[in-house]
Amino acid sequence: MAERSFKSEVKKLTAGAGEVFEGEGILAVTKALLQSGVAYVGGYQGSPISHLMDVFADANNLLQSLDVHFEASASEATAAAMLAASVNYPLRGAVAWKSVVGTNVASDALSNVSSGGVTGGALIIVGEDYGEGSSIMQERTHAFAMKSQMWLLDPRPNLPSIVEAVENGFRLSEASNTPVMLQLRVRSCHMTGSFVAKNNIRPAFTVADAAAKPVRDTQRIVLPPANFLHEIEKVEKRWPAGIDFVRDNRLNEWFGPDVEDIGIIVQGGLYNNLVRAMELDGLSDAYGTSRLPIYCLNVTYPLIPEEVADFCRNKKAVLIIEEGQPEFIEHELNTLVRRAGLEARVCGKDLLPRSGEYGVDVLRKGLSKFLADWRPELASNRDEEAPLQAAVAAQIPQRPAGFCTGCPERPIFTAMKLVERELGPAHVSADIGCHVFSVLPPFDIGNTTMGYGLGTAGASAFKPKDKRAIAVMGDGGFWHNGLTSGVGNAVFNQDDTVTLIIDNGYSAATGGQDILSSKANNAERSTKHPIEQAVRGIGAKWVRSLSRTYDIKQMRDTLREAMTSEEKGPKIIVAQSECMLNKQRRVKREQSKALNAGQRVVRERFGVDPDTCTGDHSCIRLSGCPSLTIKPNPDPLRQDPVAHVENSCVGCGLCGEVSHAAVLCPSFYRASIVSNPGRWERTRRLISRVIVSYLQRRDDRARSARAY
Amino acid sequence: MNDMPKSKALVPTDHGRIGIAILALGGQGGGVLADWIQHVARAKGWLAQGTSVPGVAQRTGSTVYYVELGKMDGDRMPVMAQMPVPGDVDIVIASELMEAGRAMLRGFSTADRTTLIGSTHRVYAISEKMAMGDGRGNSDKIVEAAGRRAKRFVGFDMEAATYRSGSVISAVMFGALAGSGALPFARADFEEAIEASDIAVPSNMRGFDEGYRAAQGSVEMPTETEHPLPIPTTIAGRALQDRVGQCLPEAVWTHALHGVERLTDYQDAAYAGVYLDRLVALAALDAAPWELTNEVARHLALWMSYEDTIRVADLKTRASRLARVRSEVGAADGQLLSVTEFMHPRLQEICDTLPALIGRSILKSRSLSRFLDRFFQKGRYINTTSLHGYLMLRTIAAFRRIRRKSLRFHEESERIEDWLRITADLARRERRLALEWVRCQRLIKGYSSTFEHGLRSYTAIRASFLALPASSQSAEWLQRARDAALGGEGGHELEIFLKLAS
Repeated sequence: MAERSFKSEVKKLTAGAGEVFEGEGILAVTKALLQSGVAYVGGYQGSPISHLMDVFADANNLLQSLDVHFEASASEATAAAMLAASVNYPLRGAVAWKSVVGTNVASDALSNVSSGGVTGGALIIVGEDYGEGSSIMQERTHAFAMKSQMWLLDPRPNLPSIVEAVENGFRLSEASNTPVMLQLRVRSCHMTGSFVAKNNIRPAFTVADAAAKPVRDTQRIVLPPANFLHEIEKVEKRWPAGIDFVRDNRLNEWFGPDVEDIGIIVQGGLYNNLVRAMELDGLSDAYGTSRLPIYCLNVTYPLIPEEVADFCRNKKAVLIIEEGQPEFIEHELNTLVRRAGLEARVCGKDLLPRSGEYGVDVLRKGLSKFLADWRPELASNRDEEAPLQAAVAAQIPQRPAGFCTGCPERPIFTAMKLVERELGPAHVSADIGCHVFSVLPPFDIGNTTMGYGLGTAGASAFKPKDKRAIAVMGDGGFWHNGLTSGVGNAVFNQDDTVTLIIDNGYSAATGGQDILSSKANNAERSTKHPIEQAVRGIGAKWVRSLSRTYDIKQMRDTLREAMTSEEKGPKIIVAQSECMLNKQRRVKREQSKALNAGQRVVRERFGVDPDTCTGDHSCIRLSGCPSLTIKPNPDPLRQDPVAHVENSCVGCGLCGEVSHAAVLCPSFYRASIVSNPGRWERTRRLISRVIVSYLQRRDDRARSARAY
Repeated sequence: MNDMPKSKALVPTDHGRIGIAILALGGQGGGVLADWIQHVARAKGWLAQGTSVPGVAQRTGSTVYYVELGKMDGDRMPVMAQMPVPGDVDIVIASELMEAGRAMLRGFSTADRTTLIGSTHRVYAISEKMAMGDGRGNSDKIVEAAGRRAKRFVGFDMEAATYRSGSVISAVMFGALAGSGALPFARADFEEAIEASDIAVPSNMRGFDEGYRAAQGSVEMPTETEHPLPIPTTIAGRALQDRVGQCLPEAVWTHALHGVERLTDYQDAAYAGVYLDRLVALAALDAAPWELTNEVARHLALWMSYEDTIRVADLKTRASRLARVRSEVGAADGQLLSVTEFMHPRLQEICDTLPALIGRSILKSRSLSRFLDRFFQKGRYINTTSLHGYLMLRTIAAFRRIRRKSLRFHEESERIEDWLRITADLARRERRLALEWVRCQRLIKGYSSTFEHGLRSYTAIRASFLALPASSQSAEWLQRARDAALGGEGGHELEIFLKLAS
């Protein structure tokens, strides 16, 4: 079950014509797909697109009633390959993933599907994880659109425009036999808003219909000589068809007066930022009534030569606002302007930063430079707010992401730290997933990450003499590709490396979706396929499964054994404990039910005695748990803050195990709070409490007699 | 169109919209708060748009949510921003003090227009928590800046308000927003949003009410623990108090009184007397403002009450301790509480507690210590709420009576005497130097491996310092050595410093 339930939002998806739909961007896209008569949907979760997958998973009944096939794909490559269903059949299909990383994974299938072309509309929804809050390399999906020749939509960030882009995307795809990518920026995915809904449409032709009447056309398969024909077809047929459709249906938009000798060309997704930047400098009102001509590219690839020429004609200069690099659109604009024999100067990255997100402030500055060059009387001469004094700013700490309270992955890295103290540092090839937070303080473990599921592959170059390299891999990455690219490769090449597979039962980093090895019952999917069985099946011999990662000693000893064992070949440790976020969600519900039923319930949490803690914080350096924090020292003489466990503690037990395994300090205690205890338990406790209290009172009296 | 005014100010304010930035930490319910705000606004006929940057920031990092409220102009929709624009934010709500600081750092809060609603409590970042000493940022500087960089600063301890109301911090923030009057909506409109969400309504309402009332007051910092001067309760105690009053300057009374109270509790009044003997001897070398004596009063008391097994057992078996645990973990009356201690006494600590002669001979005999060591390899779980566990620790605590004979006592006394001797020597030369030397005691703390590491650092600094020619012995040198020792756990920083400095 995913982290967030969309059961109530799913109801909104049934909205009929004329009803106002209110919700997040991702939900609006989902509704737009249903309104467009989509026949099948697939994808792979990952921010900012996870919720789309979660919504579809929760909307199973609705999808079935509409004969829409939905799959939680094994990887983005799987999802992209699904689009094969639109090659021969008039089926509208949509797939979604996090980009640019997901597009990287999908690119083999994407190249194939765009070479042969499609009959039914094929829409690829990419959540562009670029700029603030991004967790991946800063690259552009635009490059993929260009190299494979898929059209790229980048609608203005408001729900009606986004919904329209979905519907137009299918039509454009069909009109030009080309897959279409719909790019949604991070903030648009989670932006709330509303639009007027249409009825959902049951696909006229379903995947079952297609399977019943198979069609074969060798011309659509990438094999000589068809592959050469595809290239010609792309240039001579599909490209012109695409351009015609975009132009005739006016997918791009124009704002502002048309009698100015300068203008602005903007990617649709940045339109709102541009308008706000202009408004703040008196160049537009709050409703987008602009004093300068704006050509808004809701389709960022391909560019429409006539539209560009018309816009640039009689202009001295145009400013292209294009986020990310390289500046593909700017290059293309220059070509088109030259080809049209126009004089307009194309300004862009010479005035705007070459890298980073184009927020309002960045655009204000760039626009101001542009105007200073070409229309100085309009340029803003506002005062800059003085930055926060350095002495104050220095007090504000960074807040790197870290493991959640009670996370079962934390003890794995604590154990690695302890082994590192014994054997010295090893090369650690990290992976993608929550576990990559090990790279950050307090663990500082991990030398490289090469991509999702590629932890073990990233360690494959190390042929050790005595020190083995360690690879870390999550269960999500393992099933995504790590089983073959990592473990299979290590078995085949007899790599002498250690692979730690973190099996927490979910694709946790993306929101707790189920995967093959999940232990939960899932009515729609097949789960409970053990990782150990898979790695043994592929030929690994040295395999250890640990069922409780919090057992630091076992964790440490197993890791030490893997590092020092005489046996050659890959050493695989499967470290299992349920993702605490998901576990808490499950357990809390069960516990409150049991409490209400009057059953015995034990709640555990940890604490620190402030009078024995000396404020060294070793425990924190080996844990980093959010609930293990510090507070001012209650001692009048001690100065360093003491460790302190907050009430958010879930009692995972790591603190205590660490202070044992690392021989730290006796300040930790575990408190077990028993609700609805049994009669025998109560009696037994009563007896010991009476005796203990008696002795304590005696001791207190003796102590006060000799006290200060 | 062309008569639109040209802006010279930072940002024009007559745009008929309200921008609200929420800075929260993962799991604090910033998203819920953003939803509530949008709900209120829509109910009152405004357009509302919320955006956020999710992703890894939600895993303990800090997250910015942005809500913009606007109005239709006939059939014209306002073009809404997707992120807070520096200088263009009307309201900032921060769930924690440093997040309020971050709002200022990012320019969201400006003196000309922003109502900054921020909690004054701290949620420490990992860099602050993991420091070997005190790595905390300075809260006062943030509060002071907030007064200058906001039109109005509404600051109070939202965590305490959350705790008082048994609610969540998002409800308190929502109440504070309503109470600040920064939005043109009535209290009942806000409350309706909480009711409509239909989740934990009563507790959210309580939190809302706390926040609403707190927003009316002036800026309030979290309450700090006060340390009243200890009041003697016995004849021996009064004698000690008198001695402090007679033999020591007033400037050091606070530390000295806390010191004698601590050592009487730790051992007995006679031991506190030894403390005063040592302190008075040193005070003779000092003069106003008595900074050196004051620091010696602190560090000598801490050193003389070094942490040993006896002390830990003593503190863990007290009635007051069990009561403290009960309240800290929030155990209710009908619930049974059991407390398990995580202890890992090694042979070293056991021998430390034994009479010096016995302890030393065990540690000296290789075969004996190797044999005995096998019994002290594992950490122990001791349930102090069970009779067995309690009696065990109580027995250890009773070793207090023979502590003066123990191996550790002998070793610590030697070290303390040595430390005081060096202090006295330095004080005769230069008081500032002596003061920095005294502060090196701070390195010796903790138990087992932590203690050994600290002692190693102290010993290394001592040796290098004493080896320096007197002309090179400086207060700065000691200060830098101490910082290096607290700079990294492996001791590399100190090693490098000492290598370069010698």
